[in-house]
Amino acid sequence: MTHPAIASSNVAVHEVDSVVVGAGGAGLYAALECSRGGTTAVVSKLHPLRSHTGAAQGGIGAALGNVEEDKPEWHAFDTVKGGDYLVDQNAAFVLAEEAVNAVYELENWGLPFNRTPDGKIDQRRFGGHTRNFGEAPVRRSCYAADRTGHMILQTLYQQCIKNGVVFYNEFHLVDVLLENGECSGVVALELSTGALHVIRAGAVLIATGGFGRMFGTTSNAHANTGDGPAVLARRGVPLEDMEFFQFHPTGIAGMGILITEAVRGEGGVLRNRKGERFMDRYAPKLLDLAPRDMIARAIVSEIRAGNGILGTGAPDDYVYLDATHLGKAVVEAKVPDIADFCRTYLNIDPASAPIPVQPTAHYAMGGIPTDLHGRVVKDGSGAVYEGLYAVGECACVSVHGANRLGTNSLVDLVVFGRRAGRHIADFVKHTDLPRLPSGAADPARARLAALYAGSGKESAADLRDRMRGLMMDKVGIYRTGEAMSEAVGELGELRRRFRDVRASDASSRYNTEPLEALELANLLDLSLVTAVCALNRAESRGGHSREDFPERNDKLFLHHTLARLEGHAVKLGTRPVDVSRFAPKARTY
Amino acid sequence: MKIILRIRRYNPEAGVEPFYRDYEVEVEPSQRVLDAILFVKQRLDPTLAVRKSCAHGVCGSDAMRINGVERLACKTLVKDVARSDGDAVVLEPLRSMPVERDLMVSQEAFFAKYRSVSPFLIPAGAVSEKERPQSPRQRARFDEPTKCILCSACYSACPVLADKNPSFTGPAALVQAARFVFDSRDKGISERLDVLDAANGAWACENHFDCTRVCPRGIKVTKAINETKRAITAFKGGGHQAV
Repeated sequence: MTHPAIASSNVAVHEVDSVVVGAGGAGLYAALECSRGGTTAVVSKLHPLRSHTGAAQGGIGAALGNVEEDKPEWHAFDTVKGGDYLVDQNAAFVLAEEAVNAVYELENWGLPFNRTPDGKIDQRRFGGHTRNFGEAPVRRSCYAADRTGHMILQTLYQQCIKNGVVFYNEFHLVDVLLENGECSGVVALELSTGALHVIRAGAVLIATGGFGRMFGTTSNAHANTGDGPAVLARRGVPLEDMEFFQFHPTGIAGMGILITEAVRGEGGVLRNRKGERFMDRYAPKLLDLAPRDMIARAIVSEIRAGNGILGTGAPDDYVYLDATHLGKAVVEAKVPDIADFCRTYLNIDPASAPIPVQPTAHYAMGGIPTDLHGRVVKDGSGAVYEGLYAVGECACVSVHGANRLGTNSLVDLVVFGRRAGRHIADFVKHTDLPRLPSGAADPARARLAALYAGSGKESAADLRDRMRGLMMDKVGIYRTGEAMSEAVGELGELRRRFRDVRASDASSRYNTEPLEALELANLLDLSLVTAVCALNRAESRGGHSREDFPERNDKLFLHHTLARLEGHAVKLGTRPVDVSRFAPKARTY
Repeated sequence: MKIILRIRRYNPEAGVEPFYRDYEVEVEPSQRVLDAILFVKQRLDPTLAVRKSCAHGVCGSDAMRINGVERLACKTLVKDVARSDGDAVVLEPLRSMPVERDLMVSQEAFFAKYRSVSPFLIPAGAVSEKERPQSPRQRARFDEPTKCILCSACYSACPVLADKNPSFTGPAALVQAARFVFDSRDKGISERLDVLDAANGAWACENHFDCTRVCPRGIKVTKAINETKRAITAFKGGGHQAV
């Protein structure tokens, strides 16, 4: 028996004005806008409502000023400073200014935000968000209990249903047709039949989300395997700032499940085994609401100093997130899902017992480089590919720089999802469908065929475990040149060993084995790029902390990294960072 | 501890009837059932078909019947369903949905019913300010149904759907309807009357409460359906919609 994608050269070809790959917040918002300009298909390996946007908890930042004075300019500044000045500053202003309108649009579409007593959207504190350029925490996060992402996903999907957006659910991206700088569509594998489909389109938007599954401990879904950026990297598209990966400070110890920053926004504090509120030594002004990179490092430092709850100093030690003083009513009203997770996975009630937490790999700041309309950038000059777009976590616009602020991921999705969608709607009106390359599905078919032709000497599960362990131990929160050199070497080795992995199940229907192998290959590619970029950046900035280079070095490294995957090598270049509004300063909180 | 995962296997393509297969797995009692399933999938039998994504009970991918009860495999710990070494944990696909393969079921009819209730805001009026005002009390009125992740656990547990009336709209779609019917910003019942006030709509519910018992999000599903019934009656009685 041969897998149908390999056996048959008959491939269904679909023609649409635009195709969106990925159906999380960014993809759905973009699809709504695209569909106003022409026929649009959304291709997603999950049913849209299973997308990881639905796991976002705490809120979406926007300077509505509903409960206290706030300004988009302050939000932009916080974003730039939070990103340790590697944020493109005009992009940060677009983010902060358009966030306000985007939040109102979501509300108008029915998003059930929590409300103030006078009926407006309620807002709460979140890490790194301040009034008047760092004076004190500000209430900027618009929220719907602790399931804001769930509500955004639901609301956008509801609007897609209302507007008749066409979905290809459980279609897995295998290739993007990009030749000579021109994009003509995508190739996807249909889970229910095993068949390949070519979707020819005037515009292709990649919105496949993050790739935290490269790390051993992560808050990310199993689906977060970076399919979009990996496919594009193999097609010669550079990736930007891949060395910056955010570890969220508060994952459930041993599991990585996210405990939202909103717990601290509502007043929760971190404590070590002595009961000390240790953040007062690391961020005296913002304390437990300092940016995530700082808090994650503080937790690791406490653990290493023997101040973890176990006191062993080992990587599996943890600290406490204490919300007991908030009382049951506040916990159940403001962070009910967190209370539910604690009951389910820890058998504790956070209103009466502290939560054991440790950092968890959470968010990719880097990704596919784009301009302000989501158009994918080719090189350091800023030139773009015709008809190819990317938005959301898989993209790098760059509004998160070296460290993303809490709530800004959801802001990024809606603001840039909307911008890219609008640009596409206009673009496809003025362009003809590009010609497909001959044998459009051949590279995708060859990729699958290689999986079935492997020697079988290696097991995907072994390689996956090793990759996740390596990335966690050697390319994690604290990094050294020595450990990362080892990681780069071994990741190269794992990529070579992957050729000896063999898919054994050749059946047609709902056969996930080859798809999981493709996901692993994607993660291996992105892991290698991440490790090489991190090794190259000999400074510490935001989420990238080098023990051998503990200081930020603006003279040598105030620029974005562009990395190109060429076979087994990663070629590095740079892209200038926009610092036109705020001069880089020391980052203290 | 050592447990046996007893999984109902079925692949229509293979031309064999459904059968149960045992897999012995070494697990920690505090691990998720999903972890054990993925161990089987990745280490013992790559042909096993199962959906999964978030792995912490918020995406709704991995609803299945575990020891005969609808649960999310990622929100069920081994110790919740196995007591001692050698215990068998029986895993079966959801009911009332055609099995595509192993633990994967077709969601087509389920989502068609979801779409039938117009699951989107039908605005009661134009937006006059930036946001449509809503008091905390009005917001709290429809909080419960907003938690729904459309995992279909309730749909599988519903005895009406399973034994009597496969055309019943079903608890999940009715919860989604309630999410809008009781939202002060929405036109409510009037726009959805055809679907809700039908023989296969809200009235087909017989108050068995199985949906409420299995809901992994803790939604009082039956209550939401009964409130919808009352809203229909009030609306048809010419009175104002009960909110």
